[in-house]
Order: sequence, then C-alpha cells, then structure tokens
Amino acid sequence: MSKQKIVVIGNGMVGHNFIEKLVASEGYDNFEVHTFCEEPRLAYDRVYLSSYFSGKTAEDLSLVKPGFYEQNGITVYLNDKAVDIDRTAKTVTSEAGVTIAYDKLIMATGSYPFVPPIKGNEREGCLVYRTIEDLEAMKDTAAKGKVGVVVGGGLLGLEAAKALVDLGLETHVVEFAPRLMPVQLDEGGAALLKRKIENLGVTVHNSKATTEIIDGENCMNKMVFADGESLETDMILFSAGIRPRDDLGGKVGLELGPRGGIQIDNHCQTNDPDVFAIGECALHDGMIYGLVAPGYAMAQVVVNLLNANPGSFEGADMSTKLKLMGIDVASIGDPHGSDENALSYVYENGPEEIYKKIVVTADGKKLLGAVLVGDAEDFGNLLQIMLNDMDLPEHPDMLILPNRDGSGADLFGPDALPDTAQLCSCYDVSKGDIISAVEGGCCTMSDIKATTEAGTGCGGCVQLVTNVLNNELEKRGVEVNTDICEHFGHTRQELYHICQVEEIKDFDTLIASHGTGCGCEVCKQAAGSIFASLWNSYALEADKVALQDTNDNYLGNMQKDGTYSVIPRVPGGEITPQKLIVLGQVATDYKLYTKINGGQRIVLFGAQMNDLPAIWKELIDAGFESGQAYAKALRTVKSCVGSTWCRYGLDDSVTMAIELEDRYKGLRSPHKIKMGVSGCTRECAEAQAKDIGLISTENGWNLFVCGNGGMKPRHADLFATDLTKEQVFKYVDRLLMFYIKTADRLQRTATWMDNMEGGLSYVQDVVINDSLGMGDELEAQMQALHQTYKCDWKTAIENPEFIKRFRSFVNVETPAEQLFVQERGQIRPATEAEKLSGIAVEIKQIA
Amino acid sequence: MSDFVQVCSIDDLVKNSGVAALINGTQVALFYINDAVYALNNYDPIGKANVMSRGMIGDLKGELMVAAPLKKQHYSLKTGVCLDVEGVSIPSYETKIENNQVFVKL
Ligand code: SRM
Ligand SMILES: Cc1cc2nc3c(=O)[nH]c(=O)nc-3n(C[C@H](O)[C@H](O)[C@H](O)COP(=O)(O)OP(=O)(O)OC[C@H]3O[C@@H](n4cnc5c(N)ncnc54)[C@H](O)[C@@H]3O)c2cc1C
Ligand code: SF4
Ligand code: FES
Repeated sequence: MSKQKIVVIGNGMVGHNFIEKLVASEGYDNFEVHTFCEEPRLAYDRVYLSSYFSGKTAEDLSLVKPGFYEQNGITVYLNDKAVDIDRTAKTVTSEAGVTIAYDKLIMATGSYPFVPPIKGNEREGCLVYRTIEDLEAMKDTAAKGKVGVVVGGGLLGLEAAKALVDLGLETHVVEFAPRLMPVQLDEGGAALLKRKIENLGVTVHNSKATTEIIDGENCMNKMVFADGESLETDMILFSAGIRPRDDLGGKVGLELGPRGGIQIDNHCQTNDPDVFAIGECALHDGMIYGLVAPGYAMAQVVVNLLNANPGSFEGADMSTKLKLMGIDVASIGDPHGSDENALSYVYENGPEEIYKKIVVTADGKKLLGAVLVGDAEDFGNLLQIMLNDMDLPEHPDMLILPNRDGSGADLFGPDALPDTAQLCSCYDVSKGDIISAVEGGCCTMSDIKATTEAGTGCGGCVQLVTNVLNNELEKRGVEVNTDICEHFGHTRQELYHICQVEEIKDFDTLIASHGTGCGCEVCKQAAGSIFASLWNSYALEADKVALQDTNDNYLGNMQKDGTYSVIPRVPGGEITPQKLIVLGQVATDYKLYTKINGGQRIVLFGAQMNDLPAIWKELIDAGFESGQAYAKALRTVKSCVGSTWCRYGLDDSVTMAIELEDRYKGLRSPHKIKMGVSGCTRECAEAQAKDIGLISTENGWNLFVCGNGGMKPRHADLFATDLTKEQVFKYVDRLLMFYIKTADRLQRTATWMDNMEGGLSYVQDVVINDSLGMGDELEAQMQALHQTYKCDWKTAIENPEFIKRFRSFVNVETPAEQLFVQERGQIRPATEAEKLSGIAVEIKQIA
Repeated sequence: MSDFVQVCSIDDLVKNSGVAALINGTQVALFYINDAVYALNNYDPIGKANVMSRGMIGDLKGELMVAAPLKKQHYSLKTGVCLDVEGVSIPSYETKIENNQVFVKL
C-alpha cells in the first residue's frame, strides 16, 4: 500500500504540534507529510513571544527540535506560502510554484491581528504583535522613540505592554471598553489589575475610542480620541483581537462562518471531508479559540482519525492563568455570572492587593466561574472543581478566603480529583498520566516535566501537578516531608527567614526556640551556612565550629586518607609567575601532590591537618587568599583571555572575571556557585555551563544563569542581553541573594529555578522588573556581605585559638602517621594492600 | 584490664565537636556533648582512615551519634555501633571527668 499523503498548510504552533503528534502515533509509517511554512523559520513559541525582549533568541523560542523534520522524512517548504488549492484534483500550489498532491489536507493557517479601521493606521510606527518579524520592527521603532501605546487592553495587549516596558518605552494602554481584559475579568478584578499595572509605570486609559492618528509634535504620531483628548506616541501597537486566516479556504469554497473562520465539525472536518482545519483558523460551534491548548486538542483529534481511532473535539475551556508583568491573573469559566440566578462571592484585600470572586449556581452547589487577581494560587483547584463538576462545600466562600489557621486546607485535595481530570491543558496531561509517571519512577517535578511535558507549556498547571505528584508519592510511602531533618519542622527556606527575622546567630538559640534534640549533621550544616549567608559568621568561632562539616572546619577538603587539599584563589585563572613559584616551593617543602584542576586553578593535595596553618601562612604572605573550594560558596570564575590578547575578543573577560570573583568570594550559599566569562561567542570559558555566565557581545554582556556541569549537566538560560557592567552586577547581586533566600539546601541554581513556579520568567521578573519590590534590599544585603568579607585562612592563622584546632592530637605534639607511595614523581595515598605489604612510607621519609 | 589514663583538660575539648588523642599508641576520638565525654577509636572502618574525631555530632531519634566525615555513616557515641550498616562498629571506651581532667580507659 502506498503512503497516504498529508499536506499541512501553516507551520505555526498548531500545525507543528499536529505533525509532532502524527509522528508519535502508531501508524506514522503509513503517512508521508509535506508542510508549507509561510514564515522564514519553522514553528516557534508565540506564547512566550514577549520573552524575546527579555533575552530569548529566535532559536530559544523554536518549537522544532533540530533535525526533527529531516529525521522523520517530512518535506518543508520554508518561506513559501500556499496560494491555491484544487479540491477536485486534490493538489496544493504555492507562491514559489510548487504543486503537490494530497490525500488529506490540514489547514493550520492561524490568525492575523485585527487592526481597527482608524484613519492613519498605516503610518510609520503603527505595528502589530504576532511574529518574530513584528518583534524586530518593534525593536527598530523603539530605538528611534520614547513612547509606546498598545491599543487593546486584553490578554495579548497587556503582554504587548510588557514588551514595550522591556524595550524601555514610556508605556500606555488604550482600551475601548471601560475596563481591562473585558472578556476575562469583572469590574472589581479589572480595577485592581489596573491599579497594579499603573504601579509598574504603565498608564491605562479606559473607555477611549481612537478616531484618527496624525503627525505628533514631540513624537512621531499623535492619537486623537473621540472625547477630544489626544496622546503623543512614537509606536502604536494594535492588539485589538485576532481574525482567522480563512482567505485561502474561502477562495476555494470551504464553508466559512458568518464572521469568518473555517467551519469545522466535531471531527475538525470542513465541508470537504478530505480537508481539516485546526487551530486559530478553525471555527467550531461558533467559537474561534485564541489559545494553544484547544488547537492542540484539535490536532490530536485529527491524528486519531487518520489512524482510524475514535476522536472528537467537543469545545474547550477558555480558563486562563497568566502572569502579566509579574501580576497573577486568572479567569475560570463564566466569571461574569451571565446566568441571572447565579450567586457570587467576592473577597478583596486592599493592603495586599488581592481580588478573588467566584460565581456559583443558584443552589450554591456548583461552580460556574471565577476571577483571581494578585494571587492565583487557587486557580488549579477551582478549575478542577468546575471542569469535573464537583460539588461545592456548604460555604463556597471557603474556597477563596485566606486559610490563615491552616484548617480545611484540604477541602479539595488531589484525592478528590478523578483520574481523568486534565491537569495540564497545554499538553493534555491527566491526573492518571501523572500517576503512571510516578509508577514509572518519577519522583520530582523535573522528572514529571521530562516524562509527560506537563508544566512545560504556559506553566499554569505546575502548582496543581506538584500537589498531585506529592500526594501520589506520599501514598507510596515516599517521604515528601520537606522538613530539613527530624530536629526541625521547617524547610531550609523557613529556617533562613526565622534566623533573619529573629536575628538568631547561633545554633543553641535556634534549636532551643524552634527545634528539638541536639541536632545532626544536616540541620547543623544548614544552620552554619545560613548564619554565614546572613551575618558572614566565621566557621571557626567557638559556637560555629560544631556546625561545620570537616571540610569547612579545617578549611580544606578531606581526602580519602584523611589529609586535606589546599586550593588558593586564582581570580579569573590569572596568576603571576612569582606566585606560581611560591606554589611550587610550598608544594616542595610540604611534599604535596600538585595538579591543575578543573576550575582553572592549582590544587595541592595530601596536606596533613597539622601542617595546614603553616602552609597557608606562607601562601597568604605571598598574596594568596583562600579559594573556598571546601565551602558551599563561590568557587571559581573561569575566564578566557578575552580582548586583551585574543584577536576575536570583544571585551576584557579577564578583568570582568576578576571583578566578579572579588565581589562574590566567600559568599556562603545553599550549594556551590560557579561562574564563567567569555570574551566572545566562541565561548572558550564555557560560561553557559555555569551558574552565572557572561559572554561579551558588540553591545555589552549577555548574562546566562542556572547552568551546571556535574551529575546532571544543564545549559544555562539566557537571562538578559546587552548589559553594561553595572547592570551585570545589579542583576547578579539580586539573583544570587534571591537564590540564597529561597533555595533548598544543596540545591544548585538550576534545580532551584526549575522547581520554582514560573521558572526562568519568574526569576527574570523578580530580578529585572523587581516585581517583588525587593531589589534594593537584595542588593544592600549583598553589599553588606561583600564589605564584611574576610579571607577564612587569614582569620584562622591570626588567631591562636583557631590554630589549636589543627593539632593532630590534644595530648601530644606528635603528628599523626600518614602513609604514601610515589607515582610519576609525586606522592599519592597508599592503598590498603600497599600499607599491609610495607611498600607505603611515611611522608617524612619521602624526601 | 587497663586503667583510666589521664588524657587532657576539659578545656582542650571542643563543645559539641570532637578532637583526637594519642593514648598508648592508639588514636582515640573524644567527643564533648551535653557536658559528657565519649570516646571511640579514631579509625573509620568504612572510610579506612583515622578521621572519626573530625565527624559532626548530634542525635538521631534521641541516640547520640557521630557522622563519619568521609561517607557520613552514623555511629552511636555510647556504643560505637554503626546505625546505618549492620555488623559494623567502632571500639568505644569508658571515660570520666574528674577535677576538670578527662580520663579514658582503653
Ligand atoms: C579538584 C577538582 C577536580 C580536579 O582535580 O580538577 C574537584 C574535586 C572535587 N569535586 Fe568537583 N572538583 C573540581 C571541579 C569540578 C568541576 C569543573 C568546574 O568547576 O568547572 C565540576 C563540574 C562543573 C559544575 O560543578 O557545574 C565539578 C563537579 C562536582 C560535583 C557535582 C556538582 C553537581 O552539581 O552535580 C561534586 C559533588 C557535589 O558538589 O555535591 C563535586 C565535588 C568535588 C569534591 C569536593 C568531592 C569531595 O567531597 O571530596 C572533590 C574534592 C576537592 C578537593 O579535594 O579539594 N564536584 N567539580 C576541581 C576543583 C575546582 C576548584 O578549584 O574549585
Ligand atoms: C504575543 C502572544 C501571546 C500569546 N499568549 C498565549 C498564552 O499565554 N496562552 C495561549 O494559550 N495562547 C497564547 N497565544 C495564542 C497562541 O499563540 C495561538 O493560539 C497559537 O499560536 C495558534 O496556533 P496556530 O498554529 O493556529 O496559528 P499560528 O501559530 O499563527 O500559525 C499559523 C502559521 O501558518 C502560516 N500560514 C498562514 N497561511 C499560510 C499559507 N497560506 N501558507 C503557508 N503558511 C501559512 C502563518 O504564517 C503561521 O506561521 C499568544 C499569542 C501571541 C501572539
Ligand atoms: S570527578 Fe569525582 S573523583 Fe574526580 S575529583 Fe570530582 S568528585 Fe573526585
Ligand atoms: S497547562 Fe500550560 S503547561 Fe500545563
């Protein structure tokens, strides 16, 4: 049997998703797929379009894994638009003149932004917001002006406003309706949203109809409103709704709706049984769905039908949860209470700027809709109650009232949900899918994301999926207790806050007031690290000694034979010949094994505990400092030679690395922190594999965050671009302090960010847009730590009390015996066999 | 049976932590917690090095313990029995404090 030819017109989010699903389906071998892609690049993520302005590149936004189409034998006509369809001959013809035959045709042409018919709407600076080319046009216009206006205060309009803010424009939103997000929000919710957005410096103009756009005096354009007022602006971004791209379909006789859209039935079939339409070009039951999830659901239906499996699209839920400029906004079901018998409950908290409303049936039994602004934590819960038609509690307002005493927290716990409940609408993941994933071995949210894709779309479901995950783990006896250990009923983050707020500076006070027993190595180390992060306390102080692991206690890593390593700081990897000689001399004198290590510095191994102070005295006299290789702290800042020597270097990466190392050295954190600085995109310093990475560009520094090598390598994410040195330090200060404040113990930055709701974009919001309003505080805290920095080893050798700790024995001066053998001209620890056979010798004899 | 040996003054110990002593050629780890002294051999039977005195101490479910510094197994301070790996233990020694002096019986 020859293969069925499938032609997909449009390689947008839904067209691509359809192909991905078809490839993954059991019958894929029976199909041959061709797709027309009008845009110059393959499908990309429009949902995260605005992140293009906060650092993402077109490649970052791509939805197509490299090589995916080639590997699966799919032909793509890139940058080529389908212009004609012959439904009798069953062929499609493109602008470039390609004609291909199809057995089944899929229309996935999406939509275009509606530009209201205002006089002057074609003037320079008048733009829309849908494609990467649109973004580039916005960037160009923004570079020439100061003011930007978004026409339309709906969901997309507010996204667009965020983009204008990111572009550094004075931003306005002009909305025709009397409130923002008129489709989703009620009056109260919209009023609060407006207040919050205005606090962020965006001016909102409600009930404004634009009549004309003319020449401005101070700006390129001037908008004239029906009420006689006007507003000068350089850029005008129209975001007044979308219109389905049904022109091609309409031209060849596919049935369209009265107000546009290719008419489809529950099988996504058009009036031609061989032609399907999916995504934003399709009109189902009078609805055009402007969201991805319904489009993905339609794609699934068509894939099922092509594989001769049952499937039907019954409409989709339009509930949404978003973070608009860092503000949580959610709308569920029918929040306007269109049913006149419906009852509503409203909770408004002025000081904390929270607004919540639920709409219930007249008998109070079922949920019809909800609006949440300022705090959308209840979204998952409420959505599931509505979608699964669950009965409400006797007092439905319990669902939105703050649960301050912790009672009734589990009104609708994860157990109340049926297995069929869809938790992630972006990837159609049900509670049952999460359960199977857990049975298959998933234990963390990162595992779940990797296995089921849940939470990797809009991110709105992460909280709910996490609850279900934890609940399932608990049921299987897996400890999801987040307490740090048996001595404290708190997480590390809570302990940090307790110590900060109550100014607790020693362990005895902490455990007496908040814990039980004597403590253990887990809570003691966490407390030691917290005291150091908060107060720069010193590991060898009498009341801190007992809180340190041996590495921190002896300021060196313990080796397998009980000796220690000596790793002085070599900022940026730059070292004078004189210092190299000192290292060589010290290593010779104390008979230490010497190696260039993976952190671009030199390590001396095999130091006896009682020799450490003398070794370090010599090093410090020669100008070295502790490298903190033993601590959960900044390790190294790796650098390449940069513009000083390299013919490609764009900026001085070595100086940058040295300055970074100088600012953050000694900083105690939940886990170690590594940084890298490269002078150009050739990236010789591997900055993208570090917690903090910088790469120089023509226009400044690109900042990458949350990468690591190690057990689970992860590339860093691009965080912000074209930064000045000042901005780099501001962002890094904020990010690291925020990490220190909120991470779990032994959580590297990558895991920390991946487990945070909202992930990268949330951290960007906190750091770049200061959405939590704590930027100044974070910077001040970092500054204080920086100013009180002292070299651990210098402090140690200057105090005889501290030095006492390094004696081999309390009662005699004899050093402990330590056995080595020689290999390649240096010492190494003796094996058990070598010790028994007498090959090993004491270090004293080696010389 | 040997007798108690005077090792050091209580001021040579570190509260809530350990130090090593060399007693008749044997390395002994001394731990000072809740105003009492506990003594174990300094050799870590799993890590195979003389390091026990450098482990962190505390309690697990009320049992005073030291966590081996190399691989973090827990041992009872009183009996030397390993709390994580069956059949492993470290010799433990009797101690007493008199006139501010620490005595250990090997
Ligand atoms: C000496 C060195 C290896 C070498 O000879 O090159 C080294 C040695 C150790 N590494 Fe490392 N790491 C060294 C570079 C690295 C690197 C490379 C780098 O920094 O570019 C990595 C991968 C990059 C990364 O971390 O993202 C690395 C990933 C690890 C990990 C895994 C971390 C992770 O997130 O998965 C551990 C385990 C841990 O920290 O829990 C580790 C832990 C260790 C410890 C501390 C294990 C231990 O507890 O004994 C080793 C003892 C160090 C010592 O005795 O002082 N080491 N380690 C390097 C010292 C660099 C320095 O001067 O600070
Ligand atoms: C800024 C922004 C933010 C958004 N945020 C969200 C959100 O948070 N949540 C959410 O659910 N949705 C969001 N959306 C909506 C979401 O992006 C769309 O629902 C989704 O992209 C629809 O997919 P589609 O494939 O139907 O259309 P598109 O992604 O537009 O793809 C259609 C493709 O077909 C191409 N095409 C059209 N005609 C032809 C032709 N004749 N020949 C060849 N190619 C053709 C087009 O060039 C286009 O590339 C957002 C959209 C934007 C613009
Ligand atoms: S890779 Fe493993 S063995 Fe090698 S230094 Fe790092 S931790 Fe030690
Ligand atoms: S609902 Fe969008 S990622 Fe799950």
